[in-house]
Amino acid sequence: MASPFEQNGNRPQVRGLPTIDVLREMMTQLSTELTKKLAGAVEKMPAFPKSVQRILELTRDINCPPKELVMVIETDPVLTMKLLRILNSAYYSFSKQITSVNQSVVCLGLNTVKNLALSFAAMGSLPQQNAAGFDMQRYLLHSLATASLARLLCHKYGKDDTDPADCYIAGLLHDFGKVVFAQFLPTEFKQALACSQEQAIPLHQAERQIIGTDHTVVGSMLTERWQFPGQLSDTIRRHHSDIASGDTVLCCLYVANQISKQLALGNSGNPMVEHLPGVLVDYFGGDLQQIIDNLGDISSLMNEVQVFAKISKGDAP
Amino acid sequence: MKLKFWGVRGSIASPGEKTARYGGNTTCIEIRSDNNDLIILDGGTGIFPLAQTLLKELPLTAHIFNTHSHWDHIQGLPFFIPLFIPGNTLRLYGAYDPIAGAGPEHIMNVQLQYSYFPVREVEMKSHFDYIALTPHQPLAIGSAIITPIMLNHPVVDMGYRIDCNGKSIFFTGDHEPYFNIYDSNEEGYEEYQTLIEEHRRSIIDAIRGVDIIIADSSYTQEEYLSKKGWGHGTFDSCIQLAVDAGAKILFCTHHEPTRSDDELERVFAEALARNGEAAAILDIRLAREGCEIII
Repeated sequence: MASPFEQNGNRPQVRGLPTIDVLREMMTQLSTELTKKLAGAVEKMPAFPKSVQRILELTRDINCPPKELVMVIETDPVLTMKLLRILNSAYYSFSKQITSVNQSVVCLGLNTVKNLALSFAAMGSLPQQNAAGFDMQRYLLHSLATASLARLLCHKYGKDDTDPADCYIAGLLHDFGKVVFAQFLPTEFKQALACSQEQAIPLHQAERQIIGTDHTVVGSMLTERWQFPGQLSDTIRRHHSDIASGDTVLCCLYVANQISKQLALGNSGNPMVEHLPGVLVDYFGGDLQQIIDNLGDISSLMNEVQVFAKISKGDAP
Repeated sequence: MKLKFWGVRGSIASPGEKTARYGGNTTCIEIRSDNNDLIILDGGTGIFPLAQTLLKELPLTAHIFNTHSHWDHIQGLPFFIPLFIPGNTLRLYGAYDPIAGAGPEHIMNVQLQYSYFPVREVEMKSHFDYIALTPHQPLAIGSAIITPIMLNHPVVDMGYRIDCNGKSIFFTGDHEPYFNIYDSNEEGYEEYQTLIEEHRRSIIDAIRGVDIIIADSSYTQEEYLSKKGWGHGTFDSCIQLAVDAGAKILFCTHHEPTRSDDELERVFAEALARNGEAAAILDIRLAREGCEIII
């Protein structure tokens, strides 16, 4: 099948860890028309069913509890993506780029965020089944677990003034490109999922083989297009690549991503735990198992993300 | 620069003998730059009496800056008489509303629907322009510079700072001071508090040193307790804002529609007494329909 990303016939055949230059090259191969089309499609993408249901409940009450509303949005990657898109748009040009739901509430006002959430909810819910056979519940669990773990790692190991909230957002949105594939390129993504399993290769490599690009490129393309902070786009783009020069957010995201897979907290279609580069072993003072051991008791974190990750009220995570 | 209040009432027009001294029209402020550029802040019902006075200076260009789209700030716009007379130009400036997915054109489009108003926009004879503003990006209007500043209200609200030849005025539109949505013992409290403080500082920086602040002082402190989150300030919060900004004069406006003139003066006097120190360094006044000041 012809790849929708093959604009000039040069399908990148990248194996192993791509360099940042290779990723940039892949970005440039996404045609303007296609990026516009995908961005437009994501703008209309509905949120997860449980958040939609909860937003409809919360917004019926004129005294809608603000922190509950914030919690619903920040545990749904689609809602968070859509809210940050508006806040970072050229219409507002805040002096500081907006990276959290709390910031959005302060800048835009609670009632506007509430009504935006309602307008997102009015678009319906993401279907639980998709033609790609991509498990949305495992994706959500993995995203939430990675987000919470990245924030925890930053609190514990952050060596600079990096805001742990930035690590949370990076974790929540790092695999967003997969949802885009599942929704808008289901046939190709289904093949990539199968290829990853059959050949026992990481999913992003299979995506490159089948689709011609991977979820890190598509995810960061969206966040760049919507003028999210450059660091967030860079982190999303690099979370499967060589992180020798990684900053705190990227280091925490990379490790959190592996821990959540190691602990079976969802896997977003890619159960393979990746090798921890030496730079990360140095940063965190040990290998993956040692880092997990040093985190102590994270059972409450694990329980919390399991509860949030129930796609609808009746689902077991 | 000259400013004149044409409407100082909040929420809904409130004519009658109990509001005759301060006026019952909703928000509208006329500002004239040193070159006599016509800048109008909000088109509440007060814009109608203002419009009568403009008929002697046609053709004109009116720059109307809308703080937000609630009725008491837009209701007079269709009755702005110069709209119907050829040769005039109306420029309506305002924020992009993410819910409507539109800029200030939405304000007129909604009001000029045929069920609500007999004249459609295309039938109006003047020239219309709509300009969506970006917060903190200054805009030149003749000899004045207008800077929009995002504030806190249940709909996107922009306050406006107007500078002209070294003199300056700031109008909040409707604004409630930011409050923490978390309890002090909850996770998230400190992060939210930091965000609020950063945001408040950025507002103070943007309005620092203005000569006049016109601010939404709808409530007394007691009233505010049951109206938290409604998007309005108190006399005390406005005094604090003006002191922090180092302003010279504060006009308290957006008077409660149910408050009589006597009651307004009473609660205002109480606020002054409570803020004696601020009152000693700041000229604090009640905005009154018809009141004019030149700086």
